[in-house]
Amino acid sequence: MSLSIRKGSITGLIGPNGAGKSTLFNLLTGALKPDSGSVRLKDQDVTNLSPNRLFKLGLGRTFQIPRPFARMSVLENVMLAPIAQIGETISGPFLFRSRMRDEEHHIRKKALEVLDFVTLTPLADHPAGKISGGQMKLLELARVLMGDPGLILLDEPAAGVNPVLTETLIEKIKELNRRGTTFVIIEHDMDFVMRHCDPVIALAVGKVVFQGTSEEALADPVLLDAYLGATADA
Amino acid sequence: MIGVMSYLVFFATTASILAIAVLGLNLQWGNTGLFNGGVVAFFGAGAYGTLILGGTSQEGHLGGFGVIYPLALLGGMAAAGLMAWIVGLLTLRLRHDYLAIATFGVAVAFENLMRNAEWLAGGAKGVRGFERPLRAALGDGFLYNILFFLVVLAILIATYLFLERLVASPFGRLLRAIREDEEAAQSLGKSPAKVRLTAFVTGSVILGLAGGLYGTFYAFVSPQDVLPTLTFQIWAMLIVGGAGNNRGAIFGAFLIWGAWTASGWALSRFAPIEAQLYTGSVQFVLIGSVIVGMLMWRPEGLLPERLVVSQRGSTPSNKQGE
Repeated sequence: MSLSIRKGSITGLIGPNGAGKSTLFNLLTGALKPDSGSVRLKDQDVTNLSPNRLFKLGLGRTFQIPRPFARMSVLENVMLAPIAQIGETISGPFLFRSRMRDEEHHIRKKALEVLDFVTLTPLADHPAGKISGGQMKLLELARVLMGDPGLILLDEPAAGVNPVLTETLIEKIKELNRRGTTFVIIEHDMDFVMRHCDPVIALAVGKVVFQGTSEEALADPVLLDAYLGATADA
Repeated sequence: MIGVMSYLVFFATTASILAIAVLGLNLQWGNTGLFNGGVVAFFGAGAYGTLILGGTSQEGHLGGFGVIYPLALLGGMAAAGLMAWIVGLLTLRLRHDYLAIATFGVAVAFENLMRNAEWLAGGAKGVRGFERPLRAALGDGFLYNILFFLVVLAILIATYLFLERLVASPFGRLLRAIREDEEAAQSLGKSPAKVRLTAFVTGSVILGLAGGLYGTFYAFVSPQDVLPTLTFQIWAMLIVGGAGNNRGAIFGAFLIWGAWTASGWALSRFAPIEAQLYTGSVQFVLIGSVIVGMLMWRPEGLLPERLVVSQRGSTPSNKQGE
């Protein structure tokens, strides 16, 4: 398959279970290594780069099943994310104390702003493992935002999340998108995809079967039939 | 009176040395989630390293370099760290249970090497010819033991403060994140392999420090000192005290060592004569039961890990003031 994500878009990635959506995400984010083919990010070949390198290059991702650092506070989860912190080396806390403290001050301030943005401020001091699934998805978004990524991959952000939180999430995604962040979203909720994503890419058995606007997708009987037919089996 | 005092000093010295070891394991398991099943190998590397470097010349085995004591102790720590670095490079890709098995194997291999390689460390007879530092000036009496205890206590406090500062820093945050979810940490730009190795080596250097002090205290080390029992004792101390909490680690060390000593005394005093042969085994059963019981009813330990929350001057309510 071959596909490209347009800069500045909110691209929806749909397809029945087993179509390869999450596998594609894992290939793009370096969690899986491709047997062949290549991945390019902003004209740079990033094939085979590890997830940590890709995050540093501005690619953030969330997980289908949220992966909070459960026994850490929500605030700590977010404060972890900035890259290359001086205090993250074993010598930093001893040799560069004042620099580390300044940096912590800034990171904490930014983390609180990001938590405010995703409406999690009241939960800042809660253990991340004890918040709701929807809140965990917002937390994952918050963590990713700390790295100021240009491209964010969201794996089923609306699945299992109550409608109010979903609306909050969409609002935040659109706000970020207006500021220039590109999104790729895997989602089963067709209504979500049709309303908020453009373009839409559909996968089936590891192949791109459709690529176009949401209007075109809605008008494509084969796609709808294939997609809905397969999910009905699931 | 002096007898009781003397015994208390002896007890407190041993417990403090073990507490240092538990702190080392806490960095690995409590903070980073690295299941070191071979604690005793790194403890032993420190003990053997210190005694071989600092001892007087001996026939029949390596050693007798007569290095001045602080350097010998540092050498013992370095030996433990070097071993951890090699073991770490080979095994740290393994997750919990496999890492535990691999490190346990390292410890068994270490004990066997020490038992059989006579040219290296005296084999089953152990390393002889080590003289406790400043013994000539202070003698072997109560004074020496008090002073030695104070030195050990100071080292314990220094180790505690070092680790407290470390785990309160962004480095500590990174360790906890890797413990909680390595893959998520990697997706946020972190390099788990590097961090795990750093934590493993640092924890092992602290284990080596404890081992070096232990060897110094007895002025002797033999394969009997590096049996798997010690690994389990140190683990029991951490689990009971509270993994992830440095105070819990120290508390657990004193508590378990106290319980171990007391049960040994009680068994030797009250157990029937014909059962005396088995009191050691009864102690093992007791310590095993303590670990299992703790894991079942209070897995977080007596002093659980504390959640790091937003600190002074940074609560959302006064954000506007900045």
